[in-house]
Amino acid sequence: MSASLEVRGLVKEYVRGKRVLDGISLAFAATGLTAIIGASGTGKSTLLRCVNRLVEPTSGEIHFGGRDIAHLKGRDLREARREIGMVFQEYNLVERLTVMENLLSGRLGYVHALKAWLRKFPQADIDRAFDLLDEVGLAGYATQRADALSGGQRQRVGIARAVMQRPKLLLADEPTSSLDPKTSVEIMSLMRDMGREHGIPVIVNMHDVELAKRFADRIVGMAGGTVVYDGGAEGLTDNVLKSIYGGESWLT
Amino acid sequence: MAVSTDTRRVAFRTNPWGRAGWLLLAAYVVYAAGRLDFTWDRFVLGLDSGAKFIGRMFPPEILQPESLAKGLMESLEIAILASFIGIVISLPIGLLAARNLMPAWATWPARAIIAAARSFHPVIVAIIFVKAVGFGAMAGIGALTVASVGFIGKLFAEAIEEISLKQVEAVRATGASFMNVILFGVMPQVFGRFIGFATYQLDSNLRNSTMVGIVGAGGIGGTLFSAFQRFDYEFVAAILLCIIAMIMVGEVLATWVRGVFVEKGRVEDE
Repeated sequence: MSASLEVRGLVKEYVRGKRVLDGISLAFAATGLTAIIGASGTGKSTLLRCVNRLVEPTSGEIHFGGRDIAHLKGRDLREARREIGMVFQEYNLVERLTVMENLLSGRLGYVHALKAWLRKFPQADIDRAFDLLDEVGLAGYATQRADALSGGQRQRVGIARAVMQRPKLLLADEPTSSLDPKTSVEIMSLMRDMGREHGIPVIVNMHDVELAKRFADRIVGMAGGTVVYDGGAEGLTDNVLKSIYGGESWLT
Repeated sequence: MAVSTDTRRVAFRTNPWGRAGWLLLAAYVVYAAGRLDFTWDRFVLGLDSGAKFIGRMFPPEILQPESLAKGLMESLEIAILASFIGIVISLPIGLLAARNLMPAWATWPARAIIAAARSFHPVIVAIIFVKAVGFGAMAGIGALTVASVGFIGKLFAEAIEEISLKQVEAVRATGASFMNVILFGVMPQVFGRFIGFATYQLDSNLRNSTMVGIVGAGGIGGTLFSAFQRFDYEFVAAILLCIIAMIMVGEVLATWVRGVFVEKGRVEDE
């Protein structure tokens, strides 16, 4: 099994001496959905954001597509980012743009500013955007403004935007934390299906252990900036959960 | 916290410094009015000459139609050109001045330009331009362009500083170039407000373009000023009425522009 993404000794300090990520080393396969679980503030989000360099790692290596992303700059970095789709907790759609414009913004790494400004996107991209809208169940919403949609619909647009990039890796930072339980399940199955359909490995940060067990092929448990569990859903015993979240009163 | 058992509990704190401040202000107002002979008697004296002046303004009469038409046209041209050039210049400057997107080495010079453009009243800038480039519309356009850059640049920068960075982050994450991040992550969030600022500035430039002529910087102001100096008060009245009409047309125009660029429901945050 060849790794599509390999993180080696990743360290992040927002404040000097306080390690949010304390030497994380993980390899991710080219397929499947990995869930990263852990309490708030253990660095799940920081780990994901280091991978596409929305956050600058303090030290360590991030190998992806034959390059070390941790040390890329300028154009090289943008070219690496194009191959990594990201889905956000609060959707992060550009609210005043239409659904179609939001989807096409997934192609901005490939389209010149002048053409993007004039909305002269390649027809192939536009056709693909319509296909993806069908796939996520939002056919007919293309010209709606993003802020007119419900939370679940927005996240579907968020996923479609990420897949528009034709990414080689899909990251999702707590994609269901702002959604109700039913919509959460729908969004998670959409993430899994999109990953399978388009052959993209998916890494999802989440709080919800049950949801992780249900959808993930592999679960990584983080606590205090380190990996404390790495394996399948069946290995998540109460003892393991205690080591991830601490305490036990919440385990019933 | 323990509840006080004192029967004279204080519900409203007194502010002795605040009171002293108000007293001081009142005293200064009385003092300044006395110094400047700002009295009722002086006001009554003024009313008398005011009545004579207004009497001579009626009926309004257009004594020099060509001069009036030329002045109005020139004012309109000055206002529109200055607004256009001002907007084009203030877009990049406002963007450079936004501290949430730009590093300090870019925001400082941009902010300095905006501050300089805002420090003087357009009349003072107009006088400077008249001295620099000579009498005429060129000076007026220059003066009002400076005013526009100051106003729109500052408000535009502030609007950008209030945007949601989450949307920007998402666009950055797609690998978009800096220009594309601006176009898709930043501009949609501020465009509606920007149109609001620009139309307001057009409105303001229309008003100011009737005034820069007084110092020789072109437009209807020059015609108005010479009518005053010749005591042609009926012509003054006619010019003033024309200016009012022009400002009103300008207001309608500005509203229309806002309607075209900003769809219904997009102005909710203005």
